[in-house]
Amino acid sequence: MTLAVFTFYVFSTIVILAGLLTVLSRNPVHSVLWLILAFFTSAGLFVLLGAEFVAMLLVIVYVGAVAVLFLFVVMMLDVDFAELKAEMARFMPVAMLIGVVLLMELGLVFGVWNFADQAGDLRQAVTPSLSEAHNTQALGEIVYTQYIYLFQAAGLILLVAMIGAIVLTLRHRPNIKRQNIVAQINRDPAQAMELKNVKPGQGL
Amino acid sequence: MISADLNIVLPELILAVYAMGALMFAVYTGKDATAPLILGSTAALMAALGVWIAISGSGAATAFGGAFIDDGFSRFAKVIILLSAAAILLMSQSYMERIGILKFEYPILIALATVGMMMMVSAGDLMALYMGLELQSLSLYVIAALHRDDQRSTEAGLKYFVLGALSSGLLLYGASLTYGYAGTTLFSGILETISDGKMPIGLLLGLVFLFAGLAFKVSAAPFHMWTPDVYEGSPTPVTAFFATAPKVAAMALFARVAHDAFGTVTADWTQIIALLSVVSMFLGAIAAIGQRDIKRLMAYSSIAHMGFALMGLAAGTMFGIQAMLIYLAIYVVMNIGTFAFILSMERDGQPVTDIDGLHQYSKAEPLKALALLVLMFSLAGVPPMVGFFGKFYVLQAAVDADLAWLAVAGVIASVIGAFYYLRIVYFMYFGEERDAIQTPMNAYNWAALVGAAVIMVAGVVNLFGVEALAAAAAETLVN
Repeated sequence: MTLAVFTFYVFSTIVILAGLLTVLSRNPVHSVLWLILAFFTSAGLFVLLGAEFVAMLLVIVYVGAVAVLFLFVVMMLDVDFAELKAEMARFMPVAMLIGVVLLMELGLVFGVWNFADQAGDLRQAVTPSLSEAHNTQALGEIVYTQYIYLFQAAGLILLVAMIGAIVLTLRHRPNIKRQNIVAQINRDPAQAMELKNVKPGQGL
Repeated sequence: MISADLNIVLPELILAVYAMGALMFAVYTGKDATAPLILGSTAALMAALGVWIAISGSGAATAFGGAFIDDGFSRFAKVIILLSAAAILLMSQSYMERIGILKFEYPILIALATVGMMMMVSAGDLMALYMGLELQSLSLYVIAALHRDDQRSTEAGLKYFVLGALSSGLLLYGASLTYGYAGTTLFSGILETISDGKMPIGLLLGLVFLFAGLAFKVSAAPFHMWTPDVYEGSPTPVTAFFATAPKVAAMALFARVAHDAFGTVTADWTQIIALLSVVSMFLGAIAAIGQRDIKRLMAYSSIAHMGFALMGLAAGTMFGIQAMLIYLAIYVVMNIGTFAFILSMERDGQPVTDIDGLHQYSKAEPLKALALLVLMFSLAGVPPMVGFFGKFYVLQAAVDADLAWLAVAGVIASVIGAFYYLRIVYFMYFGEERDAIQTPMNAYNWAALVGAAVIMVAGVVNLFGVEALAAAAAETLVN
């Protein structure tokens, strides 16, 4: 057993265990922590596969941003998870049934599935050869050069999503005090203060 | 290489850049006060692009490694899409102003939706197909809910969004199965993996899910459930838009996928399309009978019309595609005219959509009533009008392709459907005295209504040459 194989089995076991504990642990904060462990270990598996860029993405995006966000949400929102789980239990039989049916259908499809003769070559055709380019470069070439049209189209879709969110929710409320920085900077003592000449014994 | 590619997508590029520029302009200047200006310039740009595409070159070119196809078929569809979107924009201005929702985002979202539709009809790749479709759909979800203080508009937007997301899921599932089998997302590549005219099981599963997703987008029964509610709840100009350009884009995309990716195994998909077609025609014809709301009625009418357009596709031949394109062109003109009238329907200054208000309408407005009569006859497919020729072409295509049963079903459904179109005519000319409606129109709407009616009558001479153009367009798709 080489070191790589040994590492693979260790990491795989940890991923599965961490995944199980994510679902099973009673404390939601613990769940998120187990989830982070699962992310880290899968990043290790990606490194074993030679896909170091995806591994780093997994650590930076999922552990660094998504999981931390989860942690915040879980700690800040007062969600009664026990009640949610009780609710889940009610639908369990139906969910199990659907799961079993889906599994059987997948098995049926798997049994009769075959690939087109050219499928392997066609799949390879779009990716640069990994002997010439390391995988970060290969990904960059695919996303930003070869599929530039689709990449820009995705950008337009996100723009529409942003416009939509603003047009459907933004309300301009009158009578709200807003900070006007230019006005603040331009204030000087002559404008800000008014000197009153109060005569003795009279008051204002 | 990239400059040659950009040259091919120039119309889409101009419209997208314009939309972003207009957005910045409006945000930093007068916001909603600039809406009429932006609406006018968007319509002018779309019309100009439409004319440009119509007169610009012939021949076919692909860009971005085959993801974008510019050929006669896509140009034909783009011209209809751009011109109808421009017409609907101009028609919608006064209505949107009247109910106070003329926002500057409205024309910009329509422009972005139009970019999405142009990408759809030019798609040569499953990913490009999905990107175009989502760009179009997402813009449409937003404008369906544009009247955000109105409960029904919000409901329409939400319903459309949830069901649209479901259909996108079906479509993506189909696309992933197709890719899983073929190993490529290019339509031309998928076609190459089909050998000796036999459909492998993997592609068949992918095809069925892809078509289910696309059928949802063209609102073909049994994937039509969203249509009546969304049409009824959305602001009327938005409904008018839904009924025209997106339908053309989705049908063209349907034909593109069917012929470009699965063109050698027509027998495997024509049966699916034929079923969709016959169910749509009958559902559209029968379910509309009970409707009193003209927007719901037009929703069922569009389901029935999509059934007829699908009949052309079901033929699986070049003539079938030609018939489908002619049908779509005629359908769009009829809908623009009819919605120009619906947009102006009001009682005491409030927009109404109840067909009971049309009783004795011909006494008050003989010319508009006559124009609407022509349009209703044409929608029903009564012989002297152009609408009849649209139906005639698809029926002939079906008969030529040995689908006589489908053609017979189409004739029966169109006779049933004629009932509700003719009922509107009956109300206008022979109805009882009721609380009448008023239809004040500005010049655009009047021109759209009367113009569409004139086209429906004058077009019988030679269909304005659309027949030859559609034949040339169909030839580039099916070969």
